[in-house]
Amino acid sequence: MSNHLLSLAIWIPILAGLIVLATGGDRNAPLARILALLGAVAGFVVTLPLWAGFDIAKAGMQFEELSTWIPRFNINYHLGVDGISMLFVVLNAFITIIVVAAGWEVIEKKVAQYNAAFLIMSGLMNGIFTSLDGVLFYVFFEASLIPLYLIIGVWGGPNRVYAAFKFFLYTLFGSLLFLIALLYLFIESGGSFSILQWHQTPLTLTAQIWLFLAFLVAFAVKVPMWPVHTWLPDAHVEAPTGGSIVLAAIALKLGAYGFLRFSLPIAPDASQELSTLVVALSLIAVVYIGFVALVQADMKKLVAYSSIAHMGFVTLGFFMFSAMGIEGALVQMISHGFVSGAMFFCIGVMYDRVHSRQIADYGGVVNTMPKFAALFMLFSMANAGLPATSGFVGEFMVILGAVKYNFWVAFAAASSMIMGAAYTLWMYKRVIFGDVANEHVAELSDINMREFAILGVLAACTLWMGLYPQPFTEVMHASVNELLRHVAASKIPM
Amino acid sequence: MEMQKLYLLVPLAPLFGAIVAGLFCRVIPRWVAHTVTIAGVAIAFAASVVIFKDVLAGNTFNGSVYTWLTSGDYTFEVGFLIDTLTATMMLVVTFVSLMVHIYTIGYMQEDPGYNRFFSYISLFTFSMLMLVMSNNFMQLFFGWEAVGLVSYLLIGFWYTRPTAIFANMKAFLVNRVGDFGFILGIGLVLTHCGTLDYAAVFQKAPELAGTTINIWGSAEWSLMTVTCICLFIGAMGKSAQVPLHVWLPDSMEGPTPISALIHAATMVTAGIFMVSRMSPLFELSTTALSFVIVIGAITALFMGFLGIIQNDIKRVVAYSTLSQLGYMTVALGASAYSVAIFHLMTHAFFKALLFLAAGSVIIGMHHDQDIRNMGGLRKYMPITWITSLIGSLALIGTPFLAGFYSKDSIIEAAKFSNIPGSGFAYFAVLAGVFVTAFYSFRMYFLVFHGEERFGKADDAHHHEHHGDHDDEEVAHDHHHGLAPGEKPHETPWVVTLPLVLLAIPSVVIGYIGIGPMVAGDFFKGVIHVDAQAHPALAQFLEHFHGAAAMGLHAFSTPPFYLALAGVVLSWFFYMKRPDIPAAIQRRFSAIHTLFENKYYFDKINETVFAGGARLLGTAFWKGGDVAVIDGVVVNGSARFVGLVASVTRFFQTGYVYHYAFTMIIGVFVLMTLWINRA
Repeated sequence: MSNHLLSLAIWIPILAGLIVLATGGDRNAPLARILALLGAVAGFVVTLPLWAGFDIAKAGMQFEELSTWIPRFNINYHLGVDGISMLFVVLNAFITIIVVAAGWEVIEKKVAQYNAAFLIMSGLMNGIFTSLDGVLFYVFFEASLIPLYLIIGVWGGPNRVYAAFKFFLYTLFGSLLFLIALLYLFIESGGSFSILQWHQTPLTLTAQIWLFLAFLVAFAVKVPMWPVHTWLPDAHVEAPTGGSIVLAAIALKLGAYGFLRFSLPIAPDASQELSTLVVALSLIAVVYIGFVALVQADMKKLVAYSSIAHMGFVTLGFFMFSAMGIEGALVQMISHGFVSGAMFFCIGVMYDRVHSRQIADYGGVVNTMPKFAALFMLFSMANAGLPATSGFVGEFMVILGAVKYNFWVAFAAASSMIMGAAYTLWMYKRVIFGDVANEHVAELSDINMREFAILGVLAACTLWMGLYPQPFTEVMHASVNELLRHVAASKIPM
Repeated sequence: MEMQKLYLLVPLAPLFGAIVAGLFCRVIPRWVAHTVTIAGVAIAFAASVVIFKDVLAGNTFNGSVYTWLTSGDYTFEVGFLIDTLTATMMLVVTFVSLMVHIYTIGYMQEDPGYNRFFSYISLFTFSMLMLVMSNNFMQLFFGWEAVGLVSYLLIGFWYTRPTAIFANMKAFLVNRVGDFGFILGIGLVLTHCGTLDYAAVFQKAPELAGTTINIWGSAEWSLMTVTCICLFIGAMGKSAQVPLHVWLPDSMEGPTPISALIHAATMVTAGIFMVSRMSPLFELSTTALSFVIVIGAITALFMGFLGIIQNDIKRVVAYSTLSQLGYMTVALGASAYSVAIFHLMTHAFFKALLFLAAGSVIIGMHHDQDIRNMGGLRKYMPITWITSLIGSLALIGTPFLAGFYSKDSIIEAAKFSNIPGSGFAYFAVLAGVFVTAFYSFRMYFLVFHGEERFGKADDAHHHEHHGDHDDEEVAHDHHHGLAPGEKPHETPWVVTLPLVLLAIPSVVIGYIGIGPMVAGDFFKGVIHVDAQAHPALAQFLEHFHGAAAMGLHAFSTPPFYLALAGVVLSWFFYMKRPDIPAAIQRRFSAIHTLFENKYYFDKINETVFAGGARLLGTAFWKGGDVAVIDGVVVNGSARFVGLVASVTRFFQTGYVYHYAFTMIIGVFVLMTLWINRA
């Protein structure tokens, strides 16, 4: 059993999704919900041994699985996790439970299909984080988009077609270049699709730069980095709450993960060469997007823009080539999973009651929803990077790492301390504080047990990671150090 | 081993109280909330006393509790450093906090948020203790931001008041500007020392004294100067130094007990504590100390001026706090760190006393805060009157009272200091003595003496306040001000007891403390002064011959006569000839307008920074995202793809056709490459 944990992590949710789908129409909605929850919990339970049994001293892949898939092209079903990817599998499985619970009473139409889409997507995304074969990765990478398209397209808001189209347009070019890059690597490596083998393949600087740029386009769209970020606010606004949670908590991490799995180890020399470019784009994301977030009138757009700024910290951390930077970035990714997931859920809680996301339609929510206001305060503070919440740890590590890299880079990055607090707390003030603004707010009922449980669990995670981040980072050390050693050594053939 | 458990108990007892009162604030009765939190703080205070005695016996401690994080070569730990500086701060924090907790029972008794309030102030006590007990920069920063959070929650405690929720956001954001500098300073420390542990950093620092870094262009800057100025920017935010002082007067929107605890006695002094803790770093940069002394001097004098024209009783005390924080900062700049801590301590007692007394007056006046509506209260509120008088006398530096010893030491230190800017600082603190005496006794006379101006029919609702203090939504604001004919009344014992208990140290602590704390070796090995480069304190101590002699000597020094002049003048102006201040105000209306607008800091911040940020945000959003990226690039490509797609549409229909299109091209490229290779 323990040899197939990763396969289980991928296929249990997918299988559960198919079973849920088989329950059919909305007459069986209660059954579909229960099955979906069971599937999500089962999927989460099988990922726990990955963390518990993880050997923190080992830098390489663990829980590896290898069998041939298409022998003719040397394509294998090759799975494995290291200190970089393991936590994302656990996080993904965890968020799936949150998402199923988040849609429990809210989604009333096509319940089975809705839950199935999320379960299948969860399995596919675990596939992305664990694939060690280029083709397998590509298949999962592209396939995971279909459920997301459907979630936005079927359960989305009024402008969902535009949002989905924009998303498509962005990914089109990225996927194309990514595929070409994979094929080029297949040829260069002498007929292998093994990602680990590609890490060792010598490449000229020119080839590395072209590969790096191809990866950059593919991954930058997913992160998303400035200036290819404009699909995200639209996608979030149109997506249902569950879709936004998955999009923010997991889907954005795929691109960032790609940088660590592909760009840095496969093209280390080009990564060093072009690091200034990525650092510059990251800082633009942090500073520019911070200002843009400030003036948003739609809460979801505001949090979406703040996600882009937070992901700017991630790419910045990666390309400083220091342990603090990369680990800080990874911590930021996990924390962002909890915090932005919770932020979108909070907005969903209000949207379910008032059917508006406009800040101007609220005011004085604390008077009618005190419990909600307290929890929303915690997540807002985490979003603003307050110490003792997870949001602080990653920012702290990246900023401190940046001072060593370059004082002015740190200066620009640290400005998010002010801007992050400004846009988050200004929104909080206008939505939560003050007198009851209108009759919608006056009629609000405080969060029920289900909503309280979801936010409570996420709050516990946020505080745990803020007060004691060591368990999260100790699993990363060996792999991150190995990656740094690898990136420092040139791959240009002599 | 036993002592280490006690160290843990000090912050955890208030935290426990805060959690119980906070999580169950809707279910537990009021007496449970205040009992559990007061018990928590009382335990912390008792343990602090034991620890203080233990430290005096020579037992210090520096060790970690748990490893928070490791990354690369760096280890971050949560740990305690217990020495005389920490123990002093622990005593001050827990004592004032205990007084404020007891006082709150009386002050907040009609408030629906009673339990929540107790939870917040206990959480504050925990955060402040974590800050002062820390043995490293990371935990310091944690405590630093945590007290900021609680301050935010408490300023906005009455969350339906527009002014309160504006003030709390402003406080948090201005503090974040300071923290922005602070975290860069911490980053520089980590980069160059390789650790954030105080002891290790201070040991390593002297080696770095000559190090320069290249910050801008080809100019080489002293590393220590840049680091210390970055750290001090953090202190400027928290300790409200010009120009980051703007949040403190507005923080008076919070309930009075927290104005005493957070915005006078403890949190705002965190910056002073931090710089004293970092004395081994600041001693390495005279440039940074010059920066510190000039900022402190500006704050001390110019914020004092603003205290003269305030009519809200809490705002007078708030500007007085700003001015006194400036004094402490001047002491830091003069390398008299022990004097700064000494003034921090005496100030904590008499300023908490003054704030709580002001709160007592506010209760007596039924939540009217305008001193123009008061007068003659001494008849009705004798305990409040006497304790206020003691507090005011201590504040203005009456010989033998607490404030005298600490403030005079600061003036002396500024006089002897030889660093650039110290001349201006000496002038500022000296002039400040007169100003302090004038505004303190202006308030005192207007509140407690003279004609009784309260309870007049046309008066009950005639207080022009900033914003709408009299927001009828808040339960206890229903009766705002005294009804016609109604008389003020003395407050219950839970309110007056803390006043009396705080009045005692306000009288004696200076006389007791100056010998050991400033002249003795109480802070030996804790606060480091480079006596060669910065001899101010040493020269002052050459003239020091004991507390009694210093008190007697005061009668022949300028500060005493300046303070006396301030008191006499305020008596003459506000008791004898009230027409004179009115005439002055008319005559110098330009200056009055400048003061009234608080030197236009708020206007500048609102238009330039807040307005500028919104403008920039709109420009980036509408100009960058919407017009250029979406308008030109995305929609342009969309039209192009639309063109291509209109052809392929013949083959593929349905919603996911775009996706299939990608795959087709992929396969096409695959085949091309495959064939070319073969």
